[in-house]
Amino acid sequence: MAAKVLVLLGTKKGAFIAESSDGRRTWTLRGPFCEMWPMNHVIGDPATGAIYGAGGNEWFGPAIWKSTDLGETWTHSSAGLAYAAGEEPVKSGWSVAVGDGAVYVGVQPAGLFRSDDGGASWTHLDGLQKHPSREHWNPGGAGLILHSIVLHPEDPDQVWIGISAAGVFHTADGGETWEPRNRGTRADFMPEGQNYPEFGQCVHNVVMAAGIPDRLYQQNHCGMYRSDDGGVEWRSIEDGLPSDFGFPAAAHPSDPDTLYLLPLNGATEGRFVPDAKAAVWRTRDGGRTWQDLRAGLPQEGAYFGVLRQAMATDRMDPAGVYFGTSSGALFASSDEGDSWSCIAEHLPTVLSVETLVVDG
Amino acid sequence: MEPAATRGNPIVVRLPGVLVDLFPGARRRVEMDARTVAEMVDALDALWPGMRDRICDTRPAIRRHMNVFVDGERAMLETPIPARSEVFVLTAISGG
Repeated sequence: MAAKVLVLLGTKKGAFIAESSDGRRTWTLRGPFCEMWPMNHVIGDPATGAIYGAGGNEWFGPAIWKSTDLGETWTHSSAGLAYAAGEEPVKSGWSVAVGDGAVYVGVQPAGLFRSDDGGASWTHLDGLQKHPSREHWNPGGAGLILHSIVLHPEDPDQVWIGISAAGVFHTADGGETWEPRNRGTRADFMPEGQNYPEFGQCVHNVVMAAGIPDRLYQQNHCGMYRSDDGGVEWRSIEDGLPSDFGFPAAAHPSDPDTLYLLPLNGATEGRFVPDAKAAVWRTRDGGRTWQDLRAGLPQEGAYFGVLRQAMATDRMDPAGVYFGTSSGALFASSDEGDSWSCIAEHLPTVLSVETLVVDG
Repeated sequence: MEPAATRGNPIVVRLPGVLVDLFPGARRRVEMDARTVAEMVDALDALWPGMRDRICDTRPAIRRHMNVFVDGERAMLETPIPARSEVFVLTAISGG
């Protein structure tokens, strides 16, 4: 059966799905779903075909949405997605990850929740809140958000998370205890001489290299990094890139040396694509060298950004690459980034892009 | 069947469409017995599980961008509801 490729979009006003059944040649768009709630992250579970969306509505608070029919119908739950009475309540869901039969959700203010019943109810993994650094965490521009959840493919007790602006943390015991993993990543916004703290870095996105669980890539507010020991030590891979600032990182589905980044012109320069010309930057050698990919992307007057969860690859061969913009456009490549086309535009601000490949 | 939260204090609750849309089968106008806003929320949550989380946060308090009016006055969870009152649950001005 031919594969159907779904590109799952979280936007400021609902979830959308772009779908192709003809080898990624043509696309149809469905949505908006989730009652036009702001949806920070929408993902597909390749094991079950379920779609999960994390969001929060100014009126109604946080909820995790779920569809088991590829977006036709949706349910939502926030049962257990709560801090203790008297504490600052959960404002919204920010990130979702699935693995080993569990669903994980990161929320604002930063915390991690787990569901073992397919998203019907949630349990707070409160070890993170008990970390001694917790009282010193400061929010980034989008709030104190837990936005990256990286699950170990073989060891369900190991999880990496990214919090803006507390940094990367790792657990090896299923969330009971956590250790900061930020050594080598900069915090340029700290006073001189304090730019390499144990925690407090503004991590923007963390992804794992295909097939090498100890290799992580990170886009930070202050640089791009690679680690080969599960985040214990990071080293800069920003040489050859047009800036040290950006939000998303997307790993290739099968080649651990291939990574996609989308650098923006700078934190205080508008956070647009550099020189108003859009480019995705690809490395084929684990970050040593970079190639800008521009074919089919706007090369003049492009004043948009791409947010931290708004770029993804699919698991097809050759791999597809996708990104959604702050101006509501969705760009796609079906040849590993060599050429691009705009497959949707005039959408609400795109907050996340993920893919789901299903048979038939 | 209406919940038996509190007998003998009949009230009418009016819910916003955008809230009702989140709960299949929910109604815009609900008759129930409740003596306080908290009891009213309990009763709504019994009728449509999960509705409490959409009206209240976990402090607990009525959400910042939700309003509950009892006989024309903005209410809190502990606000008493006189018998035969009409209670409006409304979404506040918000968003962009």
